[in-house]
Amino acid sequence: MTGTLSSARTVSFRDALREALHEEMEADESVILLGEDVGRYGGAYAVSRGLLERFGERRVIDTPMSEALIVGAALGAAMVGARPVAEIMYMDFVTLAMDNLVNQAAKVHYMFGGQFNAPLVVRVQQGTGRGAGSQHSQSLEGWFAHVPGLKVVAPSTPADAKGLLKAAIRDNDPVLFIEHKGLYPRKGAAAEVDHVVPLGVADVKRTGTDVTIVTWSNHVHIALEAAERLSADGVSVEVVDMRCLAPLDMTTVLDSAGSTRRVLVLHEACRTGGLGAEIAATVGEQLFGELAAPVRRLTAPDVVLPAHTELERTLIPDVEDVVLAVRDLLSS
Amino acid sequence: MSVFDQDTRIVDVSTLVRLYRGMVRIRRAEERILELLLQNRLSSTMCHVSIGQEAVAVGVCDVLRPEDYVTSTHRGHGHFLARGGAMSALMAELMGRETGACRGRGSSMHLVDASIGHLGSNAIVGGHIPIATGAALWSSLTGQSRVAVSFFGDGATTEGIFHEAVNFAAVRGLPVVFVIENNHYAMSLPWERATAQPSVARKAEGYGIIGVDVDGQDVLAVREAADQAVSRARRGEGPTLLGVETYRFLGHSRGDPSTYRDREEEQRWHARDPLLLEKIRLSAAGVAGDVTESLEREIEAEIVAAMEFAEAGPIASVDEVFSDIYATPLGGDQ
Repeated sequence: MTGTLSSARTVSFRDALREALHEEMEADESVILLGEDVGRYGGAYAVSRGLLERFGERRVIDTPMSEALIVGAALGAAMVGARPVAEIMYMDFVTLAMDNLVNQAAKVHYMFGGQFNAPLVVRVQQGTGRGAGSQHSQSLEGWFAHVPGLKVVAPSTPADAKGLLKAAIRDNDPVLFIEHKGLYPRKGAAAEVDHVVPLGVADVKRTGTDVTIVTWSNHVHIALEAAERLSADGVSVEVVDMRCLAPLDMTTVLDSAGSTRRVLVLHEACRTGGLGAEIAATVGEQLFGELAAPVRRLTAPDVVLPAHTELERTLIPDVEDVVLAVRDLLSS
Repeated sequence: MSVFDQDTRIVDVSTLVRLYRGMVRIRRAEERILELLLQNRLSSTMCHVSIGQEAVAVGVCDVLRPEDYVTSTHRGHGHFLARGGAMSALMAELMGRETGACRGRGSSMHLVDASIGHLGSNAIVGGHIPIATGAALWSSLTGQSRVAVSFFGDGATTEGIFHEAVNFAAVRGLPVVFVIENNHYAMSLPWERATAQPSVARKAEGYGIIGVDVDGQDVLAVREAADQAVSRARRGEGPTLLGVETYRFLGHSRGDPSTYRDREEEQRWHARDPLLLEKIRLSAAGVAGDVTESLEREIEAEIVAAMEFAEAGPIASVDEVFSDIYATPLGGDQ
């Protein structure tokens, strides 16, 4: 990590993202924003508020409701000199731009023998917590981590959000940048202009000796809360925040798992085919003989998410679920 | 031949020869590519030729400037060559050589050349339409006069992305020309069963832009329509839908005997072979037969040299198969 964190200033996740966009647009004329309601409305979740007024319509582009076009045109512009940041309002809507992201952006550099780069960022918002229902709440990061050529980022703190978004914009590859809808108001230490977090490096958010929890995005905070509760009972939990989901920093995971010998992989996405399976399998392959217990997953079940907030809440692992899972892991 | 006599008044003879030469170059290259395919000398089994459709690529590319952009389709050898792609890069690519257009990784459906603004042939029908649109967006945002051309088939017009891209280009007045290379069959589905509005000019009205229906077997007609569309785009007057009516003389790909097409229909179109029509026009313009014979010889020599270049090049190596997955590699990359 480079750059500095401010001990005096706190900032919300939303404002940290806006700072990153603002600073990168200030620094590089080729950075443009495009998407639905990113300009006059300021973004459906208010991330780009004020940027149209600051940078004008040439650099902040309100598009029609055309997700495939948004990502496809961002790619075309990226291939000829732009560094576009496209916003897709909900992860669920990325399904409308799958060709553009998966068949096109991810393939451009390799398929064309390195002649073109695709330096675009696609910002998406995902996750539960607002009763947004079956088509506005899915956590689909696993699909995209499965596609070579894409980079996938899912930060948990304002400082990481800022530093990783800056890195994503400067990166020469297509980056899917995932923001959990529950994180936007969350406050944390502010990062200064020079704060850039390299892609592909996990971060140990809490050190511990008994159990490693591997997680990302909003669930980092649930893991940290559970770790705090468990520490009162003398259980020492290490929390690894993956931050970047493609490529996965398995070095950090294996280092932590090797020292604690017990691993819980925690995510909000449903279980089957989720990234937790990939991480668990790799830990098992690498450290089978050294582990004190089988790697355990704690995830949402394989279910269509209901809009009913109470039903939704029961389906997503919470602090209590994490505490119980860690105790279970310790007793096995 | 009065129509041709009339045409010769608006272009000089050297243009007629250049257009003819461009089409012969594509035809002969693709005839050779089909031979190579049958001999199992290509690195991939995927190969779609544009024989019968050469006037579209040649007529449109003839009016472009070096700084312009094109995107192309799975049936893209002609667009690549007409845009100025090297015969040697084409042959080396098809034969899986490191010296090919995509280092041997793309083969027939992914031809590309950044140095001539060729942003790639694409194997997803319609997948490249927004890429050309995005290139035009950047040209427009940065005050450049570059025009982007997207070649795609009639099949792509029934994909949702066609609507999204044309609508966006129209509402922003982007410098892009959408060339619908209508060969009348989306693989087996005839155009009249794919759309209730066969006129591209009429389709364009719905987007509030200019659309033109053009005879795609007449390279001069294509060139004239393209010239007007590209000029409009360059002047900042927005996109055009160019509906170019043509015909693929062979099947969709090697394994397609075209049983869904009527033989009489095929014969009618064969009689309007774009090379034949242009040769008649050259003759009417007084171009001697030795000129066309000589350009045939030059093209044959170019193809032979390209094949020798291809065969002399190193076969794309498995040692390199993991390189370039990312432009900015990370420590954790495989």
